[in-house]
Amino acid sequence: MTPAAMSLWIIVAIVALGTAIGFLAGRRQKMDLEQWTVGGRRFGAALMYLLMAGEMYTTFAFLGASGWAYSRGGPSLYILAYISLGNVVSFFIMPRIWELGRRHGMQTQPDFFAVRYGNRYLSGLVCIVGIAAVVPYLQLQIEGLGIIVNVASFGGIGRAPAMVVSVGLLIAFVWASGIRAVAWISVLKDLLMIGAALAIGIAIPHIYFGGIGPMFAALAHAKPAHLTMPGATRNLDHTWYVSTVLLSSLGYCMWPHYFASAFTARSADVVRRNAVILPLYSLTLPFIFFAGFAAVLVVPGLADGDLSLLTMIRKTFPPWFLGFVGGAGALTAMVPAAVLVLTAATLFAKNLYRPAFAPTLSDDRVARLARIMVVVIGIAGLSFALYSSASLVSLLLIGYAGVAQLFPGVVLGIFWRRATMAGVFSGLVAGIAAAASLMLTQHDPILGWNAGFAALCLNFGVTIFVSFASSAAAVDFAAQADELAG
Amino acid sequence: MRPPSVRALLLGLVPFAGICFSVAFWDRLKPTVFGIPFNLAWLIAWMVLCTLCLWAAYRIDSARENGEHKT
Repeated sequence: MTPAAMSLWIIVAIVALGTAIGFLAGRRQKMDLEQWTVGGRRFGAALMYLLMAGEMYTTFAFLGASGWAYSRGGPSLYILAYISLGNVVSFFIMPRIWELGRRHGMQTQPDFFAVRYGNRYLSGLVCIVGIAAVVPYLQLQIEGLGIIVNVASFGGIGRAPAMVVSVGLLIAFVWASGIRAVAWISVLKDLLMIGAALAIGIAIPHIYFGGIGPMFAALAHAKPAHLTMPGATRNLDHTWYVSTVLLSSLGYCMWPHYFASAFTARSADVVRRNAVILPLYSLTLPFIFFAGFAAVLVVPGLADGDLSLLTMIRKTFPPWFLGFVGGAGALTAMVPAAVLVLTAATLFAKNLYRPAFAPTLSDDRVARLARIMVVVIGIAGLSFALYSSASLVSLLLIGYAGVAQLFPGVVLGIFWRRATMAGVFSGLVAGIAAAASLMLTQHDPILGWNAGFAALCLNFGVTIFVSFASSAAAVDFAAQADELAG
Repeated sequence: MRPPSVRALLLGLVPFAGICFSVAFWDRLKPTVFGIPFNLAWLIAWMVLCTLCLWAAYRIDSARENGEHKT
């Protein structure tokens, strides 16, 4: 068997195994809306952990983290910082969201806004922001998958066929098994990825430099400025680091699919324990960084930094390992992509279509519509990926800056009884407008600050100011919490 | 569920101080830790310390809630 054929068959075998797990996951479950979107709220600590870790470790962590370590150096450290801090924020917020979710039957993020602020225009806006942020993120996963499978199969599988086949598979298992499919495939994907990350991060420095210490010594000698901020960039210094870490950690649990995953938990305690343990999961990320830093000296001058990890792997390892990485990488894209498709489809059917066009639609009909939307959104993400423009990264950054703008509405909605619909609505509009205009006019970073963070500060200010100036909210969660405690 | 206690919130702020606001103090290469540059080693250490802080906050708040159930 030629090396390319061997690698190709390993990729196919891993993807087939993952897909089979996805189909089996939903057997013997009655797939109503509640089961399909939030797993019937029955996930225990272990499954919930795997689901959330599975969403976190996307192709961005795999290709993007090593790519940034390669092309930008020091500023890439922010990726190691915000996941831990995102879980700190999650620890204080998400158990309360879960509690409210169970009491009011919430399945999505706009459900929270609809119940707390009692206004369907606000929840509609939250829904649109969510979908607008999710689609470029989905596109990134599909494109990353195309790159990984193409390189790992020695060009044997083209980018386009790889993307088409994998999107077809993920539509099928999401259709059949909903969120359960995603959680169970995560088990396989996480095991493979941790294995791959450790092997790559330990072997590459050893083969080329005789160890991790000698590698950093060589890099510090050759490029002394690369490993600290601003590294290879001009303006990504400590101010940028602080503001970007704050924006990312506050936005971390504002992704609509993060809300959906939190609702799968069996109890609020499971959500809270999950946040305690998740920072440890990022302990595998530094190994990906090691490979990216090694690439600076071993394969200098790559035009596309995101290819640095795969280039290093192809240069260093035997074909079977490349196939292993290709299969693991494909699942690493398919798991988050499946969650994103599922979330966007549910948002559209439940929070946009039903309130706007068919208020009397039953939950069963919503579930059917959401499944059809899985196909539509999957194909939309696929066609964006096939005919993509070069501005992917900027789209993703706008997506992140966008979801972070939901933070004031969520955190003030839980902890501050004076927060009103008018306040949150105007803050959200101001934040989105500021973030979009700063980024589209190339003003990111602005005066050294991350533009999304500047927009978030404006958002907070407007929300608080308008809340003081307007009348009280529809449902007062803070008061409810006091009643329960008293 | 009640809002988090002050002690738990303070424990939550500790990782923000260690990982985020103090960046100017630890963003340097020396001293290396097992050959890893100081800034990278610092962040790796904080992944563990962060979990310890949250675990302590978890103990405080869940002990408080359990106490309320009994009374």
